[in-house]
Amino acid sequence: MSCTSKSPWILHYDASSCNGCDIEVLACLTPIYDAERFGVINTGDPKQADIFLITGAVNDQNKEVVRQLYDQMPEPKVVVAVGICACSGGIFRDCYNILGGADKVIPVDVYVPGCAARPESIIDGIVKGVAVLEEKRAKMEGEKRCSRSRGSRS
Amino acid sequence: MSNWTLLLFAVIFVALAPVAGCILAGIDRKISARMQGRQGPPVMQPLYDVRKLLAKERRTSNRVQDFYVACYLFWIVVTGAMFFAGMDLLLIVFTLTLGETFLVLAAYCSGSPFAQVGAQREIYVAMAYEPMILIMAVAYYLFTGGEDGGSFAVRDIAGFGDMAILPMLGIFLGFLFILTMKLRKSPFDLSMSHHAHQDIVRGVATEFSGRTYAMMEVSHWYENIMLLGMVALFFQNGEWTGVVIGAVVAVLAYILEIWIDNGFARMKWQTALKSGWIVSLVLGMGNIIALLVIA
Repeated sequence: MSCTSKSPWILHYDASSCNGCDIEVLACLTPIYDAERFGVINTGDPKQADIFLITGAVNDQNKEVVRQLYDQMPEPKVVVAVGICACSGGIFRDCYNILGGADKVIPVDVYVPGCAARPESIIDGIVKGVAVLEEKRAKMEGEKRCSRSRGSRS
Repeated sequence: MSNWTLLLFAVIFVALAPVAGCILAGIDRKISARMQGRQGPPVMQPLYDVRKLLAKERRTSNRVQDFYVACYLFWIVVTGAMFFAGMDLLLIVFTLTLGETFLVLAAYCSGSPFAQVGAQREIYVAMAYEPMILIMAVAYYLFTGGEDGGSFAVRDIAGFGDMAILPMLGIFLGFLFILTMKLRKSPFDLSMSHHAHQDIVRGVATEFSGRTYAMMEVSHWYENIMLLGMVALFFQNGEWTGVVIGAVVAVLAYILEIWIDNGFARMKWQTALKSGWIVSLVLGMGNIIALLVIA
């Protein structure tokens, strides 16, 4: 296990959630669940984040914001959609302004269902996300090594 | 002490301060978590964080910013090395400020409004603590003899023979007060908070990511160890007992800072500035007058 999986910093964005999932996300950091024991920090800065936690369905007004937050995160990065609205649009799916789940705008790696998603399942989702993060980091390093060896050959 | 021994101290500082600083930061997070009724991250968490940051994609809003942060790290290391090599305390205060200035410049050179606010607050806080540090240097000069044989050099102060703590008690308390600002602990963590990560999006550090952010963290490790060294300087009597007492008091001072950090809410920059200057004036200048009267 590398240090990437020991220090997943999280960026949390509420797309258009009812705040149920957001309260549960914050509950993960309270003394009962204490996500910080896994090195999790709830950062507000996309440039320092590794995992993008998105709650709520994406709508027409904030799709650009979601995309920009995603683009500002440096690689390796992982997106975790928390709650049924972020997964598929949930009960808001057919609203005129709703595009659907977060995967309509950015690539989602882990889906955490639930309404609202429970803190246990959110932490579970983060742990799954960490595994994906680790894969992406290994891939990134492999690519770096490849390009370096290609460079030395030519 | 010979020049070679002092040089050795400087080399030991450069090599071991990041290790000690990292463990200190880890213990800080652990104790803070326990104070909040949480288990907290492992003690080596700051090391994991920095190693992860180094493995991240290199992305920066402009190259100049990275250069400034590298200068910040460089001057903090130089300041600490000069301190442990027993050089002039005034010079040390000025190079420390130079390092600080590079951090502020790094924050200013990006377009982010959050970084700008953070940089501004960093300057306010620097304004609040700077007088006290200068007064401390002057007080050491008076303590070691003033006009007849006084010295600003750390090696002369440490080898003077008497502990500075009693005649300089006011300065010591004043230094403890501004230590909260220097360590960026609540209630004076205006520019960049360790706990409220969302607050002005980490202020000064908004635009730092990956390697740049890691450099800043390592600078903090160096800086914290040097500041604790300054706390220990009050207890040096030229013998090993002074070193031991100094080290113990420095650790206790850090624990006190953690307690203050967890027990107090953030204050406005106006309060930081006012309280910093009042403490410098009353405790600092009062102590200087007392030293002059005694002499």
